[in-house]
Amino acid sequence: MAALSKHWKKIALVVVFVISLFVPVFVQNDYFLGIIILGYVWAIATYGLNILLGYTGQLSLGHAGFFGIGAYTVGVLTVNYEFPFWPSLLLAAIASSVLGFLIGIFALRTRNEYFAIFTLGVGFVIYLVIERWEGLTGGALGLIGVPYPEGIGPIQFDGPESIYYLILGFLILTIYIAWSIANSLVGRSFMAIRNSEELAAATGINVGRAKQLAFAISTGIAGLAGGLYATYIGFLGPAIVNVPTTFEILLYLLVGGMGSLSGPLVGAFLVTTLFQFLQQFEAYRLVILGPIVVILIIFFPKGLAGLWAALETRIKAMRGKGEMSGDAGASEEPAKEEAK
Amino acid sequence: MLEVRDLSVRFGEFAALRGVSLTVEEGELVVVLGANGAGKSTLFRTINGLIKPASGEIDFCGEKIGGRPANAVVKAGIAQSAEGRHLFPELSVLKNLTLGAYLRRRDRAGIKKSLEEAYELFPILYEKRNDPAGSLSGGQQQMVAVGRALMAKPKLLILDEPSLGLAPLVSRQVLDAVVEINKTGIMVLLAEQNAKAALKIAHRGYVVENGEVILAGSKDELMDNDDVRRAYMGT
Repeated sequence: MAALSKHWKKIALVVVFVISLFVPVFVQNDYFLGIIILGYVWAIATYGLNILLGYTGQLSLGHAGFFGIGAYTVGVLTVNYEFPFWPSLLLAAIASSVLGFLIGIFALRTRNEYFAIFTLGVGFVIYLVIERWEGLTGGALGLIGVPYPEGIGPIQFDGPESIYYLILGFLILTIYIAWSIANSLVGRSFMAIRNSEELAAATGINVGRAKQLAFAISTGIAGLAGGLYATYIGFLGPAIVNVPTTFEILLYLLVGGMGSLSGPLVGAFLVTTLFQFLQQFEAYRLVILGPIVVILIIFFPKGLAGLWAALETRIKAMRGKGEMSGDAGASEEPAKEEAK
Repeated sequence: MLEVRDLSVRFGEFAALRGVSLTVEEGELVVVLGANGAGKSTLFRTINGLIKPASGEIDFCGEKIGGRPANAVVKAGIAQSAEGRHLFPELSVLKNLTLGAYLRRRDRAGIKKSLEEAYELFPILYEKRNDPAGSLSGGQQQMVAVGRALMAKPKLLILDEPSLGLAPLVSRQVLDAVVEINKTGIMVLLAEQNAKAALKIAHRGYVVENGEVILAGSKDELMDNDDVRRAYMGT
Protein backbone atom coordinates (compact mmCIF):
# COMPACT_ATOMS: atom_id res chain seq x y z
CA MET A 1 0.00 0.00 0.00
CA ALA A 2 2.84 2.34 0.91
CA ALA A 3 4.57 1.47 -2.32
CA LEU A 4 1.38 2.17 -4.21
CA SER A 5 0.96 5.64 -2.76
CA LYS A 6 4.62 6.38 -3.28
CA HIS A 7 4.82 5.28 -6.87
CA TRP A 8 1.29 6.11 -7.94
CA LYS A 9 2.54 8.84 -10.25
CA LYS A 10 4.69 6.42 -12.20
CA ILE A 11 1.92 3.87 -12.21
CA ALA A 12 -0.58 6.44 -13.46
CA LEU A 13 1.88 7.41 -16.20
CA VAL A 14 2.21 3.79 -17.33
CA VAL A 15 -1.57 3.36 -17.28
CA VAL A 16 -2.07 6.49 -19.39
CA PHE A 17 0.60 5.28 -21.79
CA VAL A 18 -0.97 1.83 -22.16
CA ILE A 19 -4.42 3.37 -22.69
CA SER A 20 -2.98 5.68 -25.35
CA LEU A 21 -1.52 2.63 -27.11
CA PHE A 22 -4.94 0.96 -27.31
CA VAL A 23 -6.95 4.01 -28.30
CA PRO A 24 -7.28 2.99 -32.00
CA VAL A 25 -8.58 -0.40 -30.87
CA PHE A 26 -11.37 1.12 -28.80
CA VAL A 27 -12.09 4.10 -31.01
CA GLN A 28 -13.20 2.56 -34.27
CA ASN A 29 -14.89 5.73 -35.44
CA ASP A 30 -12.49 7.72 -37.66
CA TYR A 31 -14.12 10.99 -36.69
CA PHE A 32 -13.43 10.50 -32.97
CA LEU A 33 -9.96 9.17 -33.65
CA GLY A 34 -9.34 12.32 -35.70
CA ILE A 35 -10.32 14.51 -32.76
CA ILE A 36 -7.80 12.71 -30.60
CA ILE A 37 -5.06 12.96 -33.23
CA LEU A 38 -5.62 16.68 -33.60
CA GLY A 39 -5.62 16.99 -29.81
CA TYR A 40 -2.12 15.48 -29.84
CA VAL A 41 -0.95 17.80 -32.63
CA TRP A 42 -2.12 20.87 -30.73
CA ALA A 43 -0.60 19.50 -27.55
CA ILE A 44 2.79 19.38 -29.30
CA ALA A 45 2.37 23.00 -30.42
CA THR A 46 1.36 23.95 -26.88
CA TYR A 47 4.50 22.34 -25.46
CA GLY A 48 6.41 24.64 -27.78
CA LEU A 49 4.66 27.72 -26.41
CA ASN A 50 5.18 26.43 -22.88
CA ILE A 51 8.97 26.51 -23.31
CA LEU A 52 8.80 30.21 -24.10
CA LEU A 53 5.85 31.39 -22.02
CA GLY A 54 5.69 28.83 -19.25
CA TYR A 55 9.39 28.38 -18.55
CA THR A 56 10.95 31.62 -19.76
CA GLY A 57 8.02 33.96 -19.13
CA GLN A 58 7.93 35.55 -22.59
CA LEU A 59 4.47 35.88 -24.10
CA SER A 60 4.77 35.33 -27.84
CA LEU A 61 1.64 35.86 -29.90
CA GLY A 62 3.24 34.67 -33.12
CA HIS A 63 3.07 30.96 -32.41
CA ALA A 64 0.55 30.14 -35.14
CA GLY A 65 2.87 31.79 -37.66
CA PHE A 66 5.64 29.36 -36.84
CA PHE A 67 3.19 26.48 -36.78
CA GLY A 68 2.29 27.65 -40.29
CA ILE A 69 5.92 27.82 -41.41
CA GLY A 70 6.26 24.18 -40.42
CA ALA A 71 2.97 23.14 -42.02
CA TYR A 72 3.66 24.94 -45.28
CA THR A 73 7.27 23.73 -45.44
CA VAL A 74 5.93 20.18 -45.48
CA GLY A 75 3.01 21.16 -47.74
CA VAL A 76 5.02 23.04 -50.35
CA LEU A 77 7.86 20.52 -50.46
CA THR A 78 5.68 17.44 -50.74
CA VAL A 79 2.92 18.84 -52.98
CA ASN A 80 4.81 21.26 -55.26
CA TYR A 81 8.15 19.50 -55.43
CA GLU A 82 7.14 15.91 -54.62
CA PHE A 83 9.79 15.84 -51.99
CA PRO A 84 9.58 12.89 -49.55
CA PHE A 85 7.80 13.55 -46.26
CA TRP A 86 10.46 12.70 -43.69
CA PRO A 87 13.16 15.16 -44.81
CA SER A 88 10.37 17.72 -45.31
CA LEU A 89 9.31 17.31 -41.69
CA LEU A 90 12.88 17.71 -40.53
CA LEU A 91 13.22 20.84 -42.67
CA ALA A 92 9.91 22.13 -41.29
CA ALA A 93 11.22 22.01 -37.72
CA ILE A 94 14.57 23.47 -38.75
CA ALA A 95 13.06 26.23 -40.88
CA SER A 96 10.69 27.45 -38.18
CA SER A 97 13.42 27.21 -35.57
CA VAL A 98 15.92 29.18 -37.66
CA LEU A 99 13.30 31.75 -38.57
CA GLY A 100 12.39 31.98 -34.89
CA PHE A 101 16.03 32.48 -34.01
CA LEU A 102 16.45 35.25 -36.60
CA ILE A 103 13.23 37.02 -35.65
CA GLY A 104 14.19 36.60 -32.01
CA ILE A 105 17.24 38.80 -32.59
CA PHE A 106 14.89 41.72 -33.15
CA ALA A 107 11.81 40.66 -31.18
CA LEU A 108 13.73 40.01 -27.98
CA ARG A 109 15.00 43.57 -27.90
CA THR A 110 11.50 44.40 -26.79
CA ARG A 111 10.00 43.36 -23.49
CA ASN A 112 6.70 42.31 -21.96
CA GLU A 113 3.69 43.73 -23.78
CA TYR A 114 5.91 45.15 -26.52
CA PHE A 115 7.29 41.69 -27.16
CA ALA A 116 3.75 40.32 -27.29
CA ILE A 117 2.67 42.99 -29.78
CA PHE A 118 5.82 42.57 -31.87
CA THR A 119 5.36 38.81 -32.14
CA LEU A 120 1.66 39.27 -32.84
CA GLY A 121 2.76 41.38 -35.81
CA VAL A 122 5.29 38.75 -36.88
CA GLY A 123 2.61 36.06 -36.80
CA PHE A 124 0.27 38.19 -38.85
CA VAL A 125 2.94 39.00 -41.43
CA ILE A 126 3.68 35.28 -41.82
CA TYR A 127 -0.04 34.73 -42.35
CA LEU A 128 -0.19 37.49 -44.96
CA VAL A 129 2.81 36.15 -46.85
CA ILE A 130 1.31 32.66 -46.93
CA GLU A 131 -2.07 33.96 -48.00
CA ARG A 132 -0.73 36.25 -50.77
CA TRP A 133 2.11 34.17 -52.20
CA GLU A 134 -0.20 32.21 -54.42
CA GLY A 135 2.52 30.75 -56.64
CA LEU A 136 4.08 28.97 -53.73
CA THR A 137 1.33 28.35 -51.20
CA GLY A 138 -1.78 28.31 -53.33
CA GLY A 139 -2.99 31.44 -51.58
CA ALA A 140 -6.51 31.36 -50.25
CA LEU A 141 -7.20 28.12 -52.12
CA GLY A 142 -4.48 26.39 -50.18
CA LEU A 143 -2.51 23.25 -50.91
CA ILE A 144 -4.40 20.07 -51.58
CA GLY A 145 -3.08 16.55 -51.28
CA VAL A 146 -0.32 16.64 -48.72
CA PRO A 147 0.61 12.94 -48.66
CA TYR A 148 0.86 10.59 -45.70
CA PRO A 149 4.43 9.79 -44.69
CA GLU A 150 6.32 7.13 -46.60
CA GLY A 151 6.53 3.81 -44.84
CA ILE A 152 9.57 2.88 -42.82
CA GLY A 153 10.47 -0.75 -43.41
CA PRO A 154 7.42 -2.85 -42.58
CA ILE A 155 5.50 0.10 -41.09
CA GLN A 156 3.09 1.71 -43.52
CA PHE A 157 1.31 4.98 -42.90
CA ASP A 158 -1.90 4.44 -44.81
CA GLY A 159 -4.72 5.42 -42.48
CA PRO A 160 -5.75 7.23 -39.32
CA GLU A 161 -4.63 4.35 -37.07
CA SER A 162 -1.03 4.43 -38.22
CA ILE A 163 -1.00 8.24 -38.22
CA TYR A 164 -2.29 8.07 -34.67
CA TYR A 165 0.78 6.10 -33.60
CA LEU A 166 3.08 8.37 -35.58
CA ILE A 167 1.79 11.48 -33.85
CA LEU A 168 1.66 9.76 -30.46
CA GLY A 169 5.34 8.98 -30.94
CA PHE A 170 6.16 12.60 -31.69
CA LEU A 171 4.05 13.73 -28.73
CA ILE A 172 6.02 11.47 -26.40
CA LEU A 173 9.26 12.74 -27.91
CA THR A 174 8.13 16.34 -27.34
CA ILE A 175 7.14 15.64 -23.74
CA TYR A 176 10.49 14.00 -23.19
CA ILE A 177 12.29 17.04 -24.62
CA ALA A 178 10.21 19.37 -22.44
CA TRP A 179 10.92 17.23 -19.39
CA SER A 180 14.68 17.17 -20.10
CA ILE A 181 14.75 20.92 -20.54
CA ALA A 182 12.79 21.53 -17.35
CA ASN A 183 15.24 19.41 -15.38
CA SER A 184 18.39 20.79 -16.93
CA LEU A 185 20.43 23.82 -16.03
CA VAL A 186 19.32 25.39 -19.30
CA GLY A 187 15.72 25.02 -18.15
CA ARG A 188 16.56 26.48 -14.79
CA SER A 189 18.20 29.45 -16.47
CA PHE A 190 14.93 29.91 -18.42
CA MET A 191 12.96 29.86 -15.17
CA ALA A 192 15.44 32.25 -13.60
CA ILE A 193 14.69 34.70 -16.40
CA ARG A 194 10.96 34.24 -15.83
CA ASN A 195 11.42 35.11 -12.16
CA SER A 196 13.66 38.11 -12.66
CA GLU A 197 15.81 39.02 -15.63
CA GLU A 198 18.04 41.13 -13.48
CA LEU A 199 18.62 38.41 -10.94
CA ALA A 200 19.29 35.93 -13.72
CA ALA A 201 21.90 38.23 -15.20
CA ALA A 202 23.43 38.72 -11.77
CA THR A 203 23.92 34.97 -11.38
CA GLY A 204 25.89 35.00 -14.61
CA ILE A 205 23.22 33.92 -17.08
CA ASN A 206 23.46 35.50 -20.50
CA VAL A 207 19.84 36.58 -20.58
CA GLY A 208 19.72 37.58 -24.23
CA ARG A 209 21.20 34.34 -25.45
CA ALA A 210 19.02 32.18 -23.19
CA LYS A 211 15.85 33.90 -24.40
CA GLN A 212 16.99 33.47 -27.98
CA LEU A 213 17.49 29.76 -27.36
CA ALA A 214 14.06 29.41 -25.73
CA PHE A 215 12.49 31.19 -28.68
CA ALA A 216 14.22 28.95 -31.23
CA ILE A 217 13.24 25.75 -29.37
CA SER A 218 9.68 27.00 -29.01
CA THR A 219 9.27 27.88 -32.68
CA GLY A 220 11.00 24.67 -33.75
CA ILE A 221 8.44 22.59 -31.83
CA ALA A 222 5.63 24.71 -33.31
CA GLY A 223 7.01 23.93 -36.77
CA LEU A 224 7.13 20.21 -35.99
CA ALA A 225 3.48 20.33 -34.91
CA GLY A 226 2.64 22.18 -38.12
CA GLY A 227 4.36 19.58 -40.27
CA LEU A 228 2.47 16.76 -38.55
CA TYR A 229 -0.77 18.67 -38.95
CA ALA A 230 -0.12 19.00 -42.68
CA THR A 231 0.37 15.30 -43.26
CA TYR A 232 -2.62 14.23 -41.18
CA ILE A 233 -5.11 16.76 -42.57
CA GLY A 234 -3.77 16.57 -46.12
CA PHE A 235 -5.06 20.04 -46.92
CA LEU A 236 -3.56 23.39 -45.93
CA GLY A 237 -5.38 26.71 -45.94
CA PRO A 238 -4.00 30.00 -44.69
CA ALA A 239 -6.68 30.31 -42.00
CA ILE A 240 -4.86 27.85 -39.76
CA VAL A 241 -1.86 30.21 -39.68
CA ASN A 242 -3.92 33.23 -38.69
CA VAL A 243 -3.92 34.95 -35.34
CA PRO A 244 -6.92 33.12 -33.79
CA THR A 245 -4.90 29.90 -33.87
CA THR A 246 -2.29 31.56 -31.68
CA PHE A 247 -4.93 32.44 -29.15
CA GLU A 248 -6.33 28.93 -29.23
CA ILE A 249 -2.89 27.51 -28.40
CA LEU A 250 -2.55 30.11 -25.68
CA LEU A 251 -5.93 29.03 -24.34
CA TYR A 252 -4.81 25.39 -24.17
CA LEU A 253 -1.76 26.41 -22.19
CA LEU A 254 -3.72 28.63 -19.80
CA VAL A 255 -6.31 25.96 -19.14
CA GLY A 256 -3.72 23.21 -18.71
CA GLY A 257 -1.27 25.23 -16.68
CA MET A 258 1.72 27.33 -17.68
CA GLY A 259 5.15 26.04 -16.83
CA SER A 260 3.96 22.56 -15.95
CA LEU A 261 4.81 19.35 -17.72
CA SER A 262 1.30 17.95 -17.91
CA GLY A 263 -0.45 21.27 -18.60
CA PRO A 264 -0.04 21.47 -22.38
CA LEU A 265 -1.30 17.91 -22.94
CA VAL A 266 -4.23 18.21 -20.55
CA GLY A 267 -5.19 21.67 -21.80
CA ALA A 268 -4.91 20.96 -25.51
CA PHE A 269 -6.65 17.62 -25.25
CA LEU A 270 -9.47 18.84 -23.05
CA VAL A 271 -10.21 22.06 -24.87
CA THR A 272 -10.05 20.63 -28.40
CA THR A 273 -12.34 17.79 -27.37
CA LEU A 274 -14.68 20.22 -25.65
CA PHE A 275 -14.70 22.38 -28.77
CA GLN A 276 -15.78 19.38 -30.82
CA PHE A 277 -18.62 18.50 -28.49
CA LEU A 278 -19.74 22.10 -28.38
CA GLN A 279 -19.65 22.31 -32.16
CA GLN A 280 -23.40 21.94 -32.42
CA PHE A 281 -23.67 25.26 -30.63
CA GLU A 282 -21.61 26.80 -33.42
CA ALA A 283 -20.65 30.36 -32.54
CA TYR A 284 -22.09 30.04 -29.07
CA ARG A 285 -19.35 27.69 -28.02
CA LEU A 286 -17.07 30.70 -27.50
CA VAL A 287 -19.75 32.25 -25.33
CA ILE A 288 -19.64 29.15 -23.17
CA LEU A 289 -15.88 28.79 -23.21
CA GLY A 290 -15.10 32.46 -22.60
CA PRO A 291 -16.47 32.58 -19.05
CA ILE A 292 -14.85 29.24 -18.24
CA VAL A 293 -11.48 30.70 -19.19
CA VAL A 294 -12.09 33.89 -17.21
CA ILE A 295 -13.00 31.83 -14.14
CA LEU A 296 -9.93 29.66 -14.62
CA ILE A 297 -7.58 32.61 -14.85
CA ILE A 298 -9.08 34.39 -11.85
CA PHE A 299 -9.27 31.40 -9.53
CA PHE A 300 -6.69 29.01 -10.94
CA PRO A 301 -3.98 31.11 -12.59
CA LYS A 302 -1.77 28.04 -12.79
CA GLY A 303 -4.42 26.14 -14.71
CA LEU A 304 -5.55 22.60 -14.06
CA ALA A 305 -2.02 21.46 -13.30
CA GLY A 306 -1.76 24.12 -10.61
CA LEU A 307 -5.14 23.12 -9.22
CA TRP A 308 -4.01 19.52 -9.05
CA ALA A 309 -0.76 20.45 -7.34
CA ALA A 310 -2.65 22.48 -4.74
CA LEU A 311 -5.02 19.57 -4.08
CA GLU A 312 -2.14 17.19 -3.75
CA THR A 313 -0.36 19.42 -1.26
CA ARG A 314 -3.55 19.65 0.77
CA ILE A 315 -4.04 15.88 0.79
CA LYS A 316 -0.48 15.34 1.90
CA ALA A 317 -0.85 17.96 4.60
CA MET A 318 -4.02 16.25 5.83
CA ARG A 319 -2.21 12.97 6.06
CA GLY A 320 0.34 14.88 8.06
CA LYS A 321 3.19 12.66 7.06
CA GLY A 322 5.49 15.61 6.52
CA GLU A 323 6.67 14.13 3.27
CA MET A 324 5.68 17.10 1.15
CA SER A 325 9.06 18.71 1.44
CA GLY A 326 10.46 20.06 -1.75
CA ASP A 327 8.01 19.30 -4.47
CA ALA A 328 5.09 21.48 -3.42
CA GLY A 329 6.17 24.12 -5.90
CA ALA A 330 6.89 21.81 -8.78
CA SER A 331 4.82 18.77 -8.02
CA GLU A 332 4.09 17.90 -11.60
CA GLU A 333 7.76 17.52 -12.26
CA PRO A 334 9.34 14.39 -10.92
CA ALA A 335 11.09 15.40 -7.74
CA LYS A 336 14.67 14.69 -8.57
CA GLU A 337 17.47 14.96 -6.14
CA GLU A 338 20.19 16.94 -7.83
CA ALA A 339 23.17 17.18 -5.58
CA LYS A 340 25.56 17.70 -8.42
CA MET B 1 41.36 44.51 -6.22
CA LEU B 2 38.43 46.66 -7.21
CA GLU B 3 39.06 50.21 -8.30
CA VAL B 4 36.21 52.57 -9.15
CA ARG B 5 37.36 55.89 -10.59
CA ASP B 6 35.26 58.99 -11.02
CA LEU B 7 32.08 57.06 -11.70
CA SER B 8 28.98 58.96 -12.77
CA VAL B 9 25.51 57.59 -13.46
CA ARG B 10 22.60 59.54 -14.82
CA PHE B 11 18.93 58.64 -14.99
CA GLY B 12 17.81 61.13 -17.60
CA GLU B 13 18.31 64.56 -16.05
CA PHE B 14 18.96 63.16 -12.60
CA ALA B 15 22.57 62.57 -11.58
CA ALA B 16 22.40 59.48 -9.37
CA LEU B 17 26.17 59.20 -8.91
CA ARG B 18 28.63 62.04 -9.28
CA GLY B 19 32.31 61.25 -9.60
CA VAL B 20 32.43 58.40 -7.12
CA SER B 21 35.82 56.82 -6.50
CA LEU B 22 36.33 53.81 -4.28
CA THR B 23 38.70 50.89 -3.84
CA VAL B 24 38.58 47.48 -2.25
CA GLU B 25 42.03 45.99 -1.67
CA GLU B 26 42.80 42.28 -1.50
CA GLY B 27 41.34 40.73 1.64
CA GLU B 28 39.44 43.83 2.65
CA LEU B 29 35.92 44.23 3.97
CA VAL B 30 34.73 47.68 2.97
CA VAL B 31 31.45 49.21 4.04
CA VAL B 32 29.45 51.90 2.27
CA LEU B 33 27.27 53.98 4.55
CA GLY B 34 24.48 56.26 3.50
CA ALA B 35 20.83 57.01 3.92
CA ASN B 36 18.08 55.65 1.70
CA GLY B 37 18.41 57.09 -1.77
CA ALA B 38 21.98 58.25 -1.25
CA GLY B 39 23.13 56.15 -4.19
CA LYS B 40 24.48 53.00 -2.56
CA SER B 41 22.35 50.62 -4.55
CA THR B 42 22.98 52.53 -7.76
CA LEU B 43 26.72 52.29 -7.11
CA PHE B 44 26.52 48.54 -6.52
CA ARG B 45 24.27 47.91 -9.47
CA THR B 46 26.63 49.84 -11.72
CA ILE B 47 29.62 47.80 -10.52
CA ASN B 48 27.56 44.66 -11.16
CA GLY B 49 26.84 45.70 -14.71
CA LEU B 50 23.10 46.16 -14.26
CA ILE B 51 23.35 49.91 -14.94
CA LYS B 52 25.56 51.51 -17.57
CA PRO B 53 27.72 54.33 -16.24
CA ALA B 54 27.67 57.75 -17.93
CA SER B 55 31.39 58.15 -17.32
CA GLY B 56 34.19 56.83 -15.17
CA GLU B 57 35.98 53.53 -14.97
CA ILE B 58 35.72 50.32 -13.02
CA ASP B 59 38.74 48.03 -12.89
CA PHE B 60 38.75 44.65 -11.26
CA CYS B 61 41.93 42.60 -10.90
CA GLY B 62 43.41 44.22 -13.98
CA GLU B 63 40.26 43.88 -16.07
CA LYS B 64 38.17 46.82 -17.22
CA ILE B 65 34.61 45.90 -16.31
CA GLY B 66 32.90 49.29 -16.48
CA GLY B 67 29.92 49.11 -18.82
CA ARG B 68 30.18 45.34 -19.35
CA PRO B 69 27.01 43.27 -19.00
CA ALA B 70 26.18 41.61 -15.69
CA ASN B 71 27.04 38.08 -16.76
CA ALA B 72 30.52 39.21 -17.83
CA VAL B 73 31.03 40.90 -14.47
CA VAL B 74 30.09 37.66 -12.67
CA LYS B 75 32.58 35.86 -14.86
CA ALA B 76 35.28 38.33 -13.87
CA GLY B 77 34.73 37.27 -10.25
CA ILE B 78 32.22 39.66 -8.71
CA ALA B 79 29.10 38.14 -7.19
CA GLN B 80 26.29 40.11 -5.68
CA SER B 81 23.40 39.59 -3.40
CA ALA B 82 20.92 42.31 -4.14
CA GLU B 83 18.82 44.26 -1.69
CA GLY B 84 15.54 42.60 -0.84
CA ARG B 85 16.89 39.04 -1.04
CA HIS B 86 16.00 38.19 -4.59
CA LEU B 87 15.43 34.46 -4.77
CA PHE B 88 13.61 32.03 -6.98
CA PRO B 89 10.79 31.36 -4.52
CA GLU B 90 9.33 28.21 -6.04
CA LEU B 91 12.68 26.52 -6.55
CA SER B 92 14.19 24.54 -3.70
CA VAL B 93 17.00 25.96 -1.61
CA LEU B 94 19.38 23.50 -3.25
CA LYS B 95 18.37 24.60 -6.76
CA ASN B 96 18.67 28.25 -5.77
CA LEU B 97 22.18 27.59 -4.57
CA THR B 98 23.28 25.57 -7.58
CA LEU B 99 21.96 28.25 -9.89
CA GLY B 100 24.55 30.53 -8.33
CA ALA B 101 27.21 28.25 -9.79
CA TYR B 102 25.77 28.69 -13.26
CA LEU B 103 29.06 29.80 -14.78
CA ARG B 104 30.94 26.86 -13.26
CA ARG B 105 28.38 24.34 -14.41
CA ARG B 106 30.94 21.90 -15.76
CA ASP B 107 32.93 21.89 -12.53
CA ARG B 108 30.82 19.34 -10.66
CA ALA B 109 33.36 18.56 -7.95
CA GLY B 110 33.96 22.25 -7.32
CA ILE B 111 30.24 22.93 -7.08
CA LYS B 112 29.82 20.15 -4.57
CA LYS B 113 32.62 21.59 -2.49
CA SER B 114 31.15 25.10 -2.61
CA LEU B 115 27.81 23.65 -1.62
CA GLU B 116 29.40 22.03 1.42
CA GLU B 117 31.06 25.32 2.31
CA ALA B 118 27.74 27.15 2.06
CA TYR B 119 26.08 24.55 4.29
CA GLU B 120 28.95 24.86 6.75
CA LEU B 121 28.44 28.61 6.88
CA PHE B 122 24.67 28.29 7.22
CA PRO B 123 23.84 24.83 8.62
CA ILE B 124 20.10 25.60 8.55
CA LEU B 125 20.24 25.65 4.74
CA TYR B 126 21.27 22.01 4.71
CA GLU B 127 18.23 21.07 6.77
CA LYS B 128 15.97 23.07 4.46
CA ARG B 129 17.71 22.19 1.22
CA ASN B 130 14.63 20.60 -0.36
CA ASP B 131 12.13 23.24 0.76
CA PRO B 132 11.00 25.91 -1.66
CA ALA B 133 13.06 29.01 -0.94
CA GLY B 134 9.89 31.09 -0.68
CA SER B 135 8.81 29.13 2.40
CA LEU B 136 11.86 30.14 4.45
CA SER B 137 12.00 32.93 7.02
CA GLY B 138 13.50 36.30 6.10
CA GLY B 139 16.83 35.56 7.69
CA GLN B 140 17.08 32.14 6.06
CA GLN B 141 16.25 33.64 2.69
CA GLN B 142 19.05 36.12 3.17
CA MET B 143 21.36 33.22 3.91
CA VAL B 144 20.30 31.55 0.69
CA ALA B 145 20.99 34.77 -1.20
CA VAL B 146 24.46 35.08 0.30
CA GLY B 147 25.09 31.37 -0.20
CA ARG B 148 24.06 31.60 -3.83
CA ALA B 149 26.43 34.50 -4.42
CA LEU B 150 29.23 32.44 -2.89
CA MET B 151 28.48 29.54 -5.23
CA ALA B 152 29.88 31.62 -8.07
CA LYS B 153 33.25 31.35 -6.23
CA PRO B 154 33.76 35.10 -6.38
CA LYS B 155 36.86 37.09 -5.57
CA LEU B 156 34.63 39.97 -4.52
CA LEU B 157 31.26 39.67 -2.87
CA ILE B 158 28.93 42.66 -3.03
CA LEU B 159 26.17 42.69 -0.43
CA ASP B 160 23.48 45.32 -0.56
CA GLU B 161 21.91 45.64 2.89
CA PRO B 162 21.92 41.97 3.85
CA SER B 163 20.37 42.71 7.25
CA LEU B 164 17.49 44.76 5.85
CA GLY B 165 14.29 43.89 7.67
CA LEU B 166 15.85 41.21 9.84
CA ALA B 167 15.51 40.84 13.58
CA PRO B 168 18.64 42.11 15.42
CA LEU B 169 19.78 38.64 16.40
CA VAL B 170 19.39 37.28 12.89
CA SER B 171 21.06 40.28 11.34
CA ARG B 172 24.05 39.72 13.63
CA GLN B 173 24.22 36.10 12.44
CA VAL B 174 24.31 37.27 8.86
CA LEU B 175 27.01 39.86 9.55
CA ASP B 176 29.04 37.25 11.44
CA ALA B 177 28.84 35.05 8.36
CA VAL B 178 30.06 37.98 6.26
CA VAL B 179 33.14 38.19 8.49
CA GLU B 180 33.71 34.45 8.08
CA ILE B 181 33.48 34.82 4.31
CA ASN B 182 35.94 37.70 4.36
CA LYS B 183 38.38 35.64 6.43
CA THR B 184 38.59 33.06 3.64
CA GLY B 185 40.16 35.77 1.49
CA ILE B 186 37.11 37.00 -0.38
CA MET B 187 36.88 40.78 -0.69
CA VAL B 188 33.58 42.15 0.56
CA LEU B 189 31.82 45.37 -0.35
CA LEU B 190 28.92 45.89 2.02
CA ALA B 191 26.14 48.45 2.20
CA GLU B 192 24.43 48.85 5.53
CA GLN B 193 21.94 51.07 7.27
CA ASN B 194 23.13 49.93 10.66
CA ALA B 195 26.39 51.89 10.62
CA LYS B 196 27.57 50.79 14.02
CA ALA B 197 27.30 47.09 13.33
CA ALA B 198 28.78 47.48 9.88
CA LEU B 199 31.78 49.57 10.95
CA LYS B 200 32.51 47.09 13.70
CA ILE B 201 33.25 44.35 11.20
CA ALA B 202 34.75 46.49 8.39
CA HIS B 203 38.32 47.51 7.65
CA ARG B 204 37.45 50.74 5.90
CA GLY B 205 34.36 52.67 4.96
CA TYR B 206 32.89 55.30 2.69
CA VAL B 207 30.00 57.64 3.37
CA VAL B 208 27.79 58.42 0.41
CA GLU B 209 25.36 61.31 0.27
CA ASN B 210 23.42 62.61 -2.73
CA GLY B 211 25.41 60.46 -5.10
CA GLU B 212 28.81 61.61 -3.86
CA VAL B 213 31.43 60.18 -1.53
CA ILE B 214 31.60 62.80 1.22
CA LEU B 215 33.86 60.93 3.57
CA ALA B 216 36.27 58.03 3.45
CA GLY B 217 38.48 56.51 6.06
CA SER B 218 39.49 53.59 8.21
CA LYS B 219 37.06 51.97 10.58
CA ASP B 220 38.36 53.94 13.57
CA GLU B 221 38.44 57.25 11.76
CA LEU B 222 34.83 56.89 10.76
CA MET B 223 33.74 55.65 14.16
CA ASP B 224 35.33 58.70 15.79
CA ASN B 225 34.00 61.15 13.23
CA ASP B 226 31.41 63.42 14.79
CA ASP B 227 29.37 63.79 11.61
CA VAL B 228 29.15 60.05 11.17
CA ARG B 229 28.22 59.54 14.80
CA ARG B 230 25.50 62.16 14.59
CA ALA B 231 24.09 61.18 11.21
CA TYR B 232 24.32 57.38 11.32
CA MET B 233 24.71 56.26 14.89
CA GLY B 234 22.43 58.69 16.65
CA THR B 235 24.96 59.62 19.33
